[in-house]
Amino acid sequence: MKPATFEYHRVGTVGEAVERLGELGEDAKLLAGGQSLVPMMNFRLARPPALVDISRVAELRYLTREGDTLRIGALTSHLAIERMDAPELLDGFSFLKEAAHWVGHYPIRTRGTFGGSVAHADPAAEWCLLAVLLDAEIVARGPGGERTIAAADFLLGFLTNALDPDEVLVEVRFPRPASRAALHEYARRRGDFAIVAAAVAVDVEEDTCRSARIVIGGVDDVPVRIGEAEAALAGSRLEAEAIEEAAQAAARAVDPASDIHGSAEYRRHLTAVLVTRALGEARGSEDGARSKNGAG
Amino acid sequence: MTVVGQSIRRLEDPRLLRGLGHFVDDVNRPGQVWMRVVRASTAHARLAGVDLDGARALDGVHAALAAGDVDPLPVIPLRLGPADEPLDAYLQPVLAQERVRYVGEPVAVVVADDPYLAEDAAELVRVRYEELPVALDAAEAVAEGSPALRDDAPNECTTLRRGYGEVDEAFAGAARVVSVDVRVGRHFAVPLETRGLVAEYDAADGHLTLWGATKVPHFNRLVLAGMLGMPVHRISLRRSDAGGGFGARGELYPEDFLVAHLARRLNRAVKWIEDRAENLVAMNHSREQTRRLEAAFDAEHRLLAIRDELWHDNGAYLRTHGAVVAELTLGMLLGPYRVPAYEGVAHVALTNKTPCGTYRGPGRYEATFARERLLDAAVAELRVDRLELRRINLLRPDELPLERKLPVLGSEAIIDVGDFPGLLEQALEAAGYAEWCEEAAAARAEGRLVGAGVGVFMEKSGGGRFETAAVQVDPSGAVRVATGGASVGQGIETAMAQIAADELGVDVARIDVVAGDTDTIGDGVGSWASRSTIMGGSAVKLAAAATADKARRVAAELLEAAPEDLRLEGGRITVAGAPGRGMSLGEASAAYDPQLAERLGEAPGEAFGLGAQRSFTNVAIAFPYGVHLALVEVDPGTGAVRILRYHVAYDVGRAVNPMIVEGQLVGGAAQGIGGALLEDFRYAPSGQPLGASFMDYLLPTAAEIPPVGTSIHEDAPSPANPLGVKGAGEGGTVGCGAALAGAVDDAVGVAGAVRALPITPEQVLAALQVVETGTGTR
Ligand SMILES: Cc1cc2nc3c(=O)[nH]c(=O)nc-3n(C[C@H](O)[C@H](O)[C@H](O)COP(=O)(O)OP(=O)(O)OC[C@H]3O[C@@H](n4cnc5c(N)ncnc54)[C@H](O)[C@@H]3O)c2cc1C
Repeated sequence: MKPATFEYHRVGTVGEAVERLGELGEDAKLLAGGQSLVPMMNFRLARPPALVDISRVAELRYLTREGDTLRIGALTSHLAIERMDAPELLDGFSFLKEAAHWVGHYPIRTRGTFGGSVAHADPAAEWCLLAVLLDAEIVARGPGGERTIAAADFLLGFLTNALDPDEVLVEVRFPRPASRAALHEYARRRGDFAIVAAAVAVDVEEDTCRSARIVIGGVDDVPVRIGEAEAALAGSRLEAEAIEEAAQAAARAVDPASDIHGSAEYRRHLTAVLVTRALGEARGSEDGARSKNGAG
Repeated sequence: MTVVGQSIRRLEDPRLLRGLGHFVDDVNRPGQVWMRVVRASTAHARLAGVDLDGARALDGVHAALAAGDVDPLPVIPLRLGPADEPLDAYLQPVLAQERVRYVGEPVAVVVADDPYLAEDAAELVRVRYEELPVALDAAEAVAEGSPALRDDAPNECTTLRRGYGEVDEAFAGAARVVSVDVRVGRHFAVPLETRGLVAEYDAADGHLTLWGATKVPHFNRLVLAGMLGMPVHRISLRRSDAGGGFGARGELYPEDFLVAHLARRLNRAVKWIEDRAENLVAMNHSREQTRRLEAAFDAEHRLLAIRDELWHDNGAYLRTHGAVVAELTLGMLLGPYRVPAYEGVAHVALTNKTPCGTYRGPGRYEATFARERLLDAAVAELRVDRLELRRINLLRPDELPLERKLPVLGSEAIIDVGDFPGLLEQALEAAGYAEWCEEAAAARAEGRLVGAGVGVFMEKSGGGRFETAAVQVDPSGAVRVATGGASVGQGIETAMAQIAADELGVDVARIDVVAGDTDTIGDGVGSWASRSTIMGGSAVKLAAAATADKARRVAAELLEAAPEDLRLEGGRITVAGAPGRGMSLGEASAAYDPQLAERLGEAPGEAFGLGAQRSFTNVAIAFPYGVHLALVEVDPGTGAVRILRYHVAYDVGRAVNPMIVEGQLVGGAAQGIGGALLEDFRYAPSGQPLGASFMDYLLPTAAEIPPVGTSIHEDAPSPANPLGVKGAGEGGTVGCGAALAGAVDDAVGVAGAVRALPITPEQVLAALQVVETGTGTR
């Protein structure tokens, strides 16, 4: 569990990072919090010939609100999200804070970064789920300047994103608040990647659900939106029957694979259970999207 | 007041807490080079060729060897176990020869300047495999038509048959017969510190020094001497701290030979630190068994007989533990119960998986789970309360001693003392079990799935022929206690010091304990089978008592007093009634030379300062016993099991240091709970391991382990050793599977629902479906 030989470059700005990536060729990798990349290197599952360490690029460490939009600098740690307490940040975005404690363990949250997690594109990662759920925009900077990519277009497959080799993910933007959103997930141990995770957001007007969004993680190569389940809720009063119908629709729609953590059938079952629980919470909460630990 | 019995702080901790411990990776020798093992990447194949040229050509590489480069090529010998049949054909060569039989099997070794380079070099070794079909399931592996691991020997390496009494008759006359099929998963000891060794060869003296051996250093030295063709006295195994052992770490493995062999061959210090990915496939696994149990009861719910057939998956080879785990599983199945007749058969199967050995509570964890499952299933069939069923069948004190015609570690099991029903009541009381049941009932009334479970068990401890101790008093008054037992992190230094302190009247702070150093003590048996306090502690007591006697004789001569008037206290020897007359223990030691010995009428040749060396020999096994109680809640949606309360009650005869015993029970429970709820090392149909990282092998974290209550009992001191102690190392683990399975049954309302460990969420959900379709008992 010693990594293969690699070159190490530390940079101080995004510009330098882009430049260095250009020089080093397409197999070079950015190093952010190192909480996914370094274990993979130690197992020699990843063998980047060169690392460009951006962990000290101060300009990428921020959390700001501009109107409806929440802007998260790529190097913002999971812990900074968990500790978010300014009312202007929390208003409409407290679901992020609530979801943060699901991400790994405390030491991992102190080092792991929001941008790193989204770039890493694990299909069960909380930030990837929420980014898809709420149409986050991913801002990338490359030699030709900046571009913005919709989260659903950014996550291309298992651990695969839409960045060019010389692009840096600089920011993740959540364009609008979601006062009724919730994330529920289940793993057999605290801190593990979810076997299945369900993220939901509902817009409710006068007790009627105007629209709903449901995203499931852990059942495919990317987090998947479940249109059938969303449709089952639109126009409902989020009553138990509607939620049950949505949960069953979600369970039918997903097509998970089996592994040692759970069979396909179990994942399907969990999908229904977690969608039910997440919707129950979202229905009940006005900007209080609390995640509950089903694992206990 | 004696020091034995007090919860003094551990003598090990000041060094460990300050980062001053001597773990093997702390050892660095001048000019050392690093070994890396090339391991089989396929589960079963003919070795068509091992090409070392690429590795040898890499700059900084000092050696690359495969089986053909080591002549003679030794095999790992048995250290323990029954030999109903010859087992030589199943032993593991230190490097694979002709065939590989599991993923992780050592195929070659490389030595390089640093561990990074060594790993690079290992990747350059080209191994050509001709794949063979695999056998991965014990029962299938011993059946006709299974792929064979060996041309000349069947996969069933031995079939153990044990038993006594008229079993068929008992079943014929039974009022009720109950049976269960159960399975225990493949568990793994997972010491925090992986294995590691540093070997250094001194060509001038022809002397080999090894760091990193734990557990059984004298055995390992003896075996290495044979393998290397060296006299035992030219090999030193130095003591080290250990980040956990649990039965697996410290046994002799192929790497122990390879590191030593390379150090001598290269005439350089060679270091090997196992990484976690290797550790998970290379160190002994344990536990995996499937089993069918059948019990005959009379109309009063009394057990008449038990039939037991099990398939023990031992992986690809027999290593030092041979077939001992399977034998212990048979020998300990009956636990503390009265069973007039028993018939047990163990099929010990070899499969294309990592070889197995012992792991904390070997055989008893498996057996206790199986037996208590059988009883819980009987509860449903007989319509009797589960505590009542146990009370009816537990041996009563007046039935002891009981000679059970089942061998345990080579000795006939004589259950000498114990009050099993008494401990059950005490455990229920100490845990507040009645309140737990009320709590469960209240929760169920709210629709929650909460239930309680009980696991009653008998442990075994001690054995292993003998143990040694040497006590030496320094002229300064400090005392060194050496023992053949080894530190595996269990607190042996503290316990030995407490025992010596009482005999010598010396403060424990003045006692240095050296455990497991072959230069300090010439022979020893080591730390396993919860034996160190029983065997090593008794040897220390004998050696310290002999030293105290000698001190009295010396002081009597010098102080002109009668030995029987002398007191040893506070490091001094004083005359009773005349506190002014006395001398320090150090002074007595300084004065004791061959001439003084002669004056005392002792053989002068035996006097090397004040001290004594003693062995304690005893083959009797001590049987501690206990009760585990659990209260759990099941999540009906996810199938998750959450432990609400947990209690371990354990009778250890006499607790030398109750705090250490408590630590053993809590730590043991953490491992037992892990095995009951999470841990299972699984394989793909190809034989590729699926649990080769901590993402996939689910070791519990602190978040999964509840507070564990303990009650330590001393009702039944062992008559078989001078301290009255029984082993305390494994009882915390042994009852977990049984208690948690019972609690989950109770929570889901189906007695006997849990049939396999770990209790996966999917298993729980399957049980809940039984309730929904109306076949439950509640
Ligand atoms: C035991 C454990 C448990 C974990 N559990 C969870 C969990 O439950 N949920 C979860 O979501 N995560 C979990 N993680 C992963 C953790 O959240 C990581 O921190 C995260 O996935 C990656 O972020 P990082 O900053 O550490 O990125 P790194 O490891 O440094 O990089 C990961 C990848 O992203 C690329 N990258 C990083 N930053 C950028 C950037 N700004 N632009 C472009 N590419 C970039 C890197 O090149 C690399 O390919 C766990 C990790 C561990 C070790």
